[in-house]
Amino acid sequence: MDFTAIWLTLKLASATTLILALIGLPLAYWLAMSSWRGKFLVESVVALPLVLPPTVLGFYVLMATGPNSAFGSLYERVTGSLLPFSFPGILLGSILYNLPFAVRPFMAAFAGMNRRLIEASWCLGESRWRTFWRVTMPLCWPGVLTGLVLTFAHTVGEFGVVLMVGGNIPGVTRTISISIYDDVQALNYASAGQTALGLVIFSLVVLCLAHVLGRRRLPL
Amino acid sequence: MRTGVSALLLLQMVAIYGCGRSTSPAQSTAPTVSKVSVAAAADLKYALDELIVEFEKSHPNVEVEPTYGSSGNFFAQLSKKAPFDIFFSADIDFPRKLIAQGHAAQETEFMYAVGQIVVWVRNESPLDVASKGAQALVEPGVRKIAIANPKHAPYGRAAEAALTHLGVYEQVQDRLVLGENIAQTAQFVESGAADIGVIALSLAMAPALKEKGRYWIVPLDAYPRLEQGGAILNWATDREATDSLRKYVIGDEGREVFRRYGFLLPGD
Repeated sequence: MDFTAIWLTLKLASATTLILALIGLPLAYWLAMSSWRGKFLVESVVALPLVLPPTVLGFYVLMATGPNSAFGSLYERVTGSLLPFSFPGILLGSILYNLPFAVRPFMAAFAGMNRRLIEASWCLGESRWRTFWRVTMPLCWPGVLTGLVLTFAHTVGEFGVVLMVGGNIPGVTRTISISIYDDVQALNYASAGQTALGLVIFSLVVLCLAHVLGRRRLPL
Repeated sequence: MRTGVSALLLLQMVAIYGCGRSTSPAQSTAPTVSKVSVAAAADLKYALDELIVEFEKSHPNVEVEPTYGSSGNFFAQLSKKAPFDIFFSADIDFPRKLIAQGHAAQETEFMYAVGQIVVWVRNESPLDVASKGAQALVEPGVRKIAIANPKHAPYGRAAEAALTHLGVYEQVQDRLVLGENIAQTAQFVESGAADIGVIALSLAMAPALKEKGRYWIVPLDAYPRLEQGGAILNWATDREATDSLRKYVIGDEGREVFRRYGFLLPGD
């Protein structure tokens, strides 16, 4: 079993989930609450990775982050390194790829709650910030948790984007799905089978945990 | 009356079915087109595409459907009876293994070309590969070097062996990025994401890359000979058509195209 790849995959999945919680929660809250007419455009862009094949997304990321692109050369000037074939590169790819898996469940949860409860909290003198944490989040927790778990699980199983921009460097961009693919290609079926079985068990445990936790209330 | 109609329908169906399946031209009025599906190594992409066009011109009743990918991947699929008729591998070992497994007959094994590798850079690159050769790989400006995955791609194994033989492997090891097959490796360098790469000469000479970069041919003694071979699978649907494709590829026409794309030939 390729433990370096497992560790890297967990790191990638955790980082993606954390960043998408930071970006996705405000974005989803705005999308759910806003009455702006052009909202459908943002919603469509967010949903785009659901439709696009991961290889297409990976190809775009590779093209957009290469040293010949505007974004790529800016990144190079600021950080002194290149995005493709690096951990930040596959992280960027997986954030884009997982955007709908985080934002859509968050949005559904926010849109489904009773807004009067928020207004009541405001009338009782609670700040918007405290209202969000004390009223909105506890009520929307199952939906938010679903989004987080989906993002995490989806990143663990991600293949196409990483294949396109990763370059298969051990410990940097060789994730678990790439490692399994490599083993199969190199005819190491036993090793591929072991890693794959480990992945199945792990995913099942995570999903069970999420279902159990989703039934409980937010521990706040 | 009803039985009469159904009997007629049945007859018609049999007739249509018979026509479609017929292999002897005497029974059918129009010549039937038989399909040959090909599993081919990624380095053959342009050379084989050109060969197939020529082949179909001289064999109007055969339609060839090529699929390009990594030889190791095809091997894994073919050993589980993937529905391909003929396999053009980048490494003769894979067809030999299929023969050993009983999926292809010994007498269908063939060698069609010998691959060469080159060190390739884009035209815009400041690296002077033509005069520096392998030393261009260790220039300070080089951050990422693309090679195919040595774990399963024959061209990756050749690249790794050549880097070791030329005494630069230790220095470049940390800068290697691995393409899934040789075509993706070429794409990594062509897109500018990697600064330099070791790719197949056949791809460097292909129309899509020819005008875009410069290369240095790695001496043949720096890596084990890339013997490319293939075999016809036991479950080939039309053995006659498949064998005519095989003969065409290893015949004069095939040899001419392979030579033009920078391959050496088995006799060379």
